[in-house]
Amino acid sequence: MRITLTVNEAKRDVEIEPGGTLLELLRREGYKGVKKGCGSGDCGACAVLLDGRAVNSCLVLAAKADGRKVVTVEGLADDEGLHPVQQAFLEEGAIQCGYCTPGMVIAAVDLLTHNSSPSEAQIREGISGNLCRCTGYVKQIEAIKTAAKRMGEGADD
Amino acid sequence: MIDAQKKGFVVVGKSERKVDGIALVTGKPKFVADLDLPETLHVKILGSPHAHARIIEIDTSKAEALPGVTCVLTHKNTPPARYTTAGQGYPEPSPYDTRMFDTKVRFVGDRVAAVAAETEALALKALKLVKVRYEELPPVLSIDEALVNGAPVIHDESDATGIYDASRNTAADIDITAGDLTQGFAESDVVVETTCETQYVQHTPIEPHVTLSYLDEDGRLILRTSTQVPFHVRRIVSQVLGLPLHRIRVIKPRIGGGFGTKQEVLLEDLAGLITLRTGRPALIELSRKEEFIASRTRHPMRIRVKLGAKRDGTLSAIEMEALSNTGAYGTHGLTVLSNVGSKTLPIYNKAQNVHFFGKAVYTSLPVAGAYRGYGATQGYFPLEVAMDELAERLKLDPIELRRRNHIRSGESSPIFEKLGEGREGVAQTIKSCELGRCIEIGAKRIGWSKKRGKRTRAGTWVHGVGMSIHMQGSGIALVDMGAATIKMNEDGSFNLLVGATDLGTGSDTILGQIAAEVLGVPLSKMIVTSSDTDFTPFDTGAYASSTTYVSGMAVQRAANKVREQIVKVAARLLEEDEDSLALAEERVKASNGQSVTLAKVCQHAMYQVAQFQIGATASFVPQESPPPFMASFAEVAVDTETGFVKVVSYVAAVDCGVAINPKMAQGQVEGSIVNGIGYALTEEMLISSKGRVRNPSLFDYKILGARDIPPIEVILVESYEPTGPMGAKSVGEVAINAPVPTIANAIHDAVGVRLTKTPFTPERVFEAIRAARM
Repeated sequence: MRITLTVNEAKRDVEIEPGGTLLELLRREGYKGVKKGCGSGDCGACAVLLDGRAVNSCLVLAAKADGRKVVTVEGLADDEGLHPVQQAFLEEGAIQCGYCTPGMVIAAVDLLTHNSSPSEAQIREGISGNLCRCTGYVKQIEAIKTAAKRMGEGADD
Repeated sequence: MIDAQKKGFVVVGKSERKVDGIALVTGKPKFVADLDLPETLHVKILGSPHAHARIIEIDTSKAEALPGVTCVLTHKNTPPARYTTAGQGYPEPSPYDTRMFDTKVRFVGDRVAAVAAETEALALKALKLVKVRYEELPPVLSIDEALVNGAPVIHDESDATGIYDASRNTAADIDITAGDLTQGFAESDVVVETTCETQYVQHTPIEPHVTLSYLDEDGRLILRTSTQVPFHVRRIVSQVLGLPLHRIRVIKPRIGGGFGTKQEVLLEDLAGLITLRTGRPALIELSRKEEFIASRTRHPMRIRVKLGAKRDGTLSAIEMEALSNTGAYGTHGLTVLSNVGSKTLPIYNKAQNVHFFGKAVYTSLPVAGAYRGYGATQGYFPLEVAMDELAERLKLDPIELRRRNHIRSGESSPIFEKLGEGREGVAQTIKSCELGRCIEIGAKRIGWSKKRGKRTRAGTWVHGVGMSIHMQGSGIALVDMGAATIKMNEDGSFNLLVGATDLGTGSDTILGQIAAEVLGVPLSKMIVTSSDTDFTPFDTGAYASSTTYVSGMAVQRAANKVREQIVKVAARLLEEDEDSLALAEERVKASNGQSVTLAKVCQHAMYQVAQFQIGATASFVPQESPPPFMASFAEVAVDTETGFVKVVSYVAAVDCGVAINPKMAQGQVEGSIVNGIGYALTEEMLISSKGRVRNPSLFDYKILGARDIPPIEVILVESYEPTGPMGAKSVGEVAINAPVPTIANAIHDAVGVRLTKTPFTPERVFEAIRAARM
């Protein structure tokens, strides 16, 4: 079957397998920033924004994305540079192997879009669906605090 | 003193951003499976349903007949050579007890067959069509069952080599003594004895094992693989497949975490053979379930520690007996067992009488292998719990007991020489040790004197604090080897080519920092490449806490050689003495104020006079293995009604020498601590009475998430290691040793019970509290 969706602001008209997941579709279409860590919604490495909310793309049927907007980690940076969350991850040393990073960044973007000044507990909650085995989360939480602060300052301008 | 030695560092000691950070944070296709090649075959592996069985018959005809299936491999059509999957230096200290496919299976999930097909779904379908007839054999499901007289023999094959005693299921055996143990205990005023047991746990890198193989235009086999040991992969695949080494190229792109499990050659032989047989690219990605069942785990152990001490707390004797479950294969069995003693006992060098002995035992259970901490993690559990008990018996503060016994700079331990990794060790004197300050600073930060022994209550919750101290090594002395190549480009930039394997640790960045420091350039002028067996020089790989120290020294040496060449050219250009020249700010500067840019120097060397490529390769073999040290502290709250343990706060004070990149060094410690807290409290592979892993998913196997972690404070207490690159030692492993004993000791401080079996689940803690009340 064919579906039409928007990925990172580009309209895509794609053939999908019935029963295929959004994760499989996105990776097949070249969005390799979407990572597979478990295939069962437990690790969050495959998180993308679907109509602005973070979802585990391994749990979403590709057919469900028909007519909807998907943003992957590749779609966050623009001509002006990295998204503030990406920038903060880079600066705070929040990236080690980088495999969980795309999903973690997506979860953080979702969080900060809906809550511009989250408490630490809310940050932890916001990335609780994303597992990281390298960093111990310490610097990732710091990075999200930094990004929140900067995005807040940006909004004031 | 350290500040004086570090003075003048421009790039080293700074928290530079990761050289690959932008690519990673923007999701660039840097990992193994991110490369799409046309005509790629998808490979799935049929795992054994039995823990112990002989394969009587395999019929693959139906699978082969399925359209879209191109290749089915079993023991009937694959090379029979025995080898070890352990990616270690050659000859490996692990037994050759493994075949690509064997006529016998030894754990649930052991390889039986593999299918390559046009799609993954087809490969899975074909697996179901492979008909196997097994003769079931009695499984061996524990260390005790393995060692009992008349136990089923797991490795009864005649062609295995390097097994200590296959007939008694003993993969490896160690027995070393320093001093006189009997006398040591006879002289002791107090003796304590503790036995601790650890569970099956897994590394769970977020990227499971994955390999993509293909042939290049010249028909050479290319293995793009998620590995910590590209050069060992090349050698072992050559050995297994009988393919000349020069026909194989191993590329390590970015790796999604390893923690030791990718120090194993688990998929490369298979992908390689399928590509050779079919001429097509082959991709093997383990599913999370397969990763849990059939990759590698941490050796579960039972370890007994007996300490003898004088009334003043001075240790006079230590006995440590370790029984290690290596699972179905002996990979890393001997060396992990070695490190149970070699990375723990020297920390208490005041004990002159030491006996360490043990066995690594085969069972028909999941295979154990290298896992961050590598035996030290298991060894520190009973050692540090026993020290806590000893302090209690002596009515000494546990901190004071450790102060009276721990090793210091200028001192040695007989264990360094007696016990290496799988062989004799190398004598060494400690040249940098800030353990004393680590203890002092950590105690202050956790609030030790205010909190210890106070048992503050809040409802049913009781608080306690605990501590432990630790060391590791920096590489394997006289075994490891790292090499680096640096070549200069005419814009004044450099290529740094290292065999060292950045598996997410950030080693590309810190190795770049070391080279940049020597050559007087910013990190941005260092183009770092790791690792490709065709283009980067040899390195034993990323394990044994070796990269910063071993590969770092190779980088520093190569950079020094390049610096000499630059200075020679610049001396001619500036008409100055070589001795008067210094490299800084991308220039060569003379003492009289004259200078020339590095770009100009390189252009001159490349295009003008006495032309040559400025560049050099250097190697380093460590003569010793300087330990990083750590003092670990935790405050816990224990719910006396449910047995639930909550870590309230964690403090880690670590001496890793000079931190080349402080944020990255902290990150290594933070990640280790969180992994270690999981090991202490939540992680456990549950295994059925038939030997099957019952919880092979990240839903049922609990690794900590962001909500589960306490505030963690990491303090780098720097020292200067004179044998290391710019004063550095290792930092990758030491901290994972800490949470289990620290938390055990904190639980004791809170509720007075000693937990000796990990993980400290509510059930076990509750049971221990209840038993103590009765």
